[in-house]
Amino acid sequence: MIDNLITALGAEFVQLSLTPIVIGILGAVACALPGNFLLLRRQALIGDAISHVVLPGIVVAFLVTGTITAVPMMIGAGCAAIVAVIVIELVKRLGRVEPGAAMGLVFTTLFAAGVLLLEITDTSSVHIDVQHALLGNLESLIWFDAEGWQSLLDPAALATLPPQLPRLAVVLLGIVLFITLFWKELKISTFDAAFAEAIGIRTRALGFALVVATAIAAVAAFDAVGSIIVIAMFVCPPAAARLMTNQLGRQIGWSVVFAVISAVLGYVFAGYGLGWFGSPYAVSAAGMIATISGIILLLACLFGPQRKRTGQRAEA
Amino acid sequence: MSFLDYFISALFLQAGYNSALVAVGAGLLGLAGGGAGAFIFLRKRALVSDAISHATLPGVGIAFMLMVALGGDGRWLPGLIIGSAISSGIGLLMVEWITRQTRLTEDAAIGAVLSVFFGLGIVLLTIIQTMSSGRQAGLENFLLGSTAGMLISEATTIAIAGALATAFVFMLRRPMTLVAFDPEYAATTGINVRHIDLAMMGLALIVTVIGLKIVGLILIVALLIIPPVTARFWTNQVGPMIGIAAAIGGLAGYIGAVFSAAAASLPTGPIIVLVAFGFFVFSALFSPLRGGLASALRHWRFQRRVHRRQGLLALARREPIYDGFTLRILHQSGMIRPDGVATLRGKAASQKAAHDEARWAMARRILPDDSAIERYDGLTPIEDMMTQDQIDEIDRVIAEQTGAPA
Repeated sequence: MIDNLITALGAEFVQLSLTPIVIGILGAVACALPGNFLLLRRQALIGDAISHVVLPGIVVAFLVTGTITAVPMMIGAGCAAIVAVIVIELVKRLGRVEPGAAMGLVFTTLFAAGVLLLEITDTSSVHIDVQHALLGNLESLIWFDAEGWQSLLDPAALATLPPQLPRLAVVLLGIVLFITLFWKELKISTFDAAFAEAIGIRTRALGFALVVATAIAAVAAFDAVGSIIVIAMFVCPPAAARLMTNQLGRQIGWSVVFAVISAVLGYVFAGYGLGWFGSPYAVSAAGMIATISGIILLLACLFGPQRKRTGQRAEA
Repeated sequence: MSFLDYFISALFLQAGYNSALVAVGAGLLGLAGGGAGAFIFLRKRALVSDAISHATLPGVGIAFMLMVALGGDGRWLPGLIIGSAISSGIGLLMVEWITRQTRLTEDAAIGAVLSVFFGLGIVLLTIIQTMSSGRQAGLENFLLGSTAGMLISEATTIAIAGALATAFVFMLRRPMTLVAFDPEYAATTGINVRHIDLAMMGLALIVTVIGLKIVGLILIVALLIIPPVTARFWTNQVGPMIGIAAAIGGLAGYIGAVFSAAAASLPTGPIIVLVAFGFFVFSALFSPLRGGLASALRHWRFQRRVHRRQGLLALARREPIYDGFTLRILHQSGMIRPDGVATLRGKAASQKAAHDEARWAMARRILPDDSAIERYDGLTPIEDMMTQDQIDEIDRVIAEQTGAPA
């Protein structure tokens, strides 16, 4: 038994599975953290919108720079996300359009523009395609130079880690910092915007900062894990956590736990699940992580201790 | 044949039976989408259709696997449509269930359902890719839509289903209008609001599953959202808005399909969406009712009137005018000479403005409750807003107080 575990977690595991799992966890947590606030502010679908508009940003960045290196891509994606947020506001204000419809209008149009740009410009040689955009390439983020757990202490091997890993780690750190530094302000303005305004918190600026943090998380995770996980992680772990507790701090804790479980179980099931049925193939890890997060949410909907609205009689 | 020639011949349905059928099908689809979308838009539930559309994917996958298991090649479109309808129906019910049974809000339910169903669908697609039997090629076209290489039978299926959906929207337009516009009133007239809501969402579901092949599941939601938002710029009434939305959707579908028939390498869905967005931008700029140009024009006219009025009042009081814009307007309308001295016309107009101002000031004192006082914008001549009797009365009081005849 223990021997089996040691083989399962041996050198091959470190080389092929450790980095994707860690990247999956980092991405899931980076999205779930701001997701908590979006959920409470009834902006859960901002993550959906942003992950769609990332595509045209990346395509334009490629057309402008001619390279697929990470930095211009991320700048392009981030700009697109911010442009989208501004255009949504414009449509809402100038056209006096309801927020949901304004969002739907803007993100579908930008996504359509991105797809069309991809098709009419010759980007097929490059590996930005729609499939990749949706699914990411978590499975391929392997650590070639790893020879076992001892490689974790070997600077030469560590230098060959997939670049997505340190990038996501930095983004996650930034988001944790943002939430810790502005904890009080975020909390007050989320639950009582009018009161927050009254005691001098700049709620609009803070709201915009939150959206920017969301966009950064979305863009960083998008590159590694694709847009499905991004959308699922913005919504599912925080939503499930919301049904577990009435307290914001604990809700965030639960959402992190759920995000980690989704990432780990999703990756393991995707890689080995079919194998248990005797098939040599693997399925999409991104899709599986989203599916697991959905199952967790379903369980929380059925059994979560705080699943009812306050004042609503619990059914016997 | 050049692209333009092909485009024009396709536009008039002369580019072959298949592309004509696709164009008509896409047009009908847009018609139904715009119509159904208008009700959903008025009911403020536009993004529920986003969940519905993403929830089609697992159904497509399962239907494909089932059909392969039963010995087919798995690509029979009606079968895939039925599968997608069932799974998006389940997705819709999940959104309803989560919103009703838990304290999560609707947007969270929508986000959860769309991402999880989509993820599950992707998992199923990757399983299908590993299957040796069945012809899975083309399944990923359901993501973004494609009409290239569409079979005649598929085009026919889409055209017929689109016509049926359009007829369905037309039949249900009265109860849906009532519910969308005023659900409380609709309930008092004996309409079951919940059933109509479900029918509305059912229509969105039908439009979505028909549109899968042409527009693709990620973008189909645009056909339900963009036309009604666009139509809203042209009218304030529910009936015409639904008609306009349907027309815009129909045109977008038709023109987009024709366009992509002429340029076969381009995916159809994005083009249809961008055509619809073109209508939106045009409306947002040029609609006389709420368009940007119209309101900019209104603002500009108002500004001119304010400057003109203030300039004339200054002339009447013999005060110097420094504002360049005011001077320019007065000069343009012949009220002052280039050196700033009032012309005869200017003197007459300024006296009239001063007189009008005095009358309004008095009106505020002796008729404070008159509705004209509340509506007064500070610019309109009093003759346009009050009756001659009222003005005579005002003049009489002014004459009494100043001792001069009116």
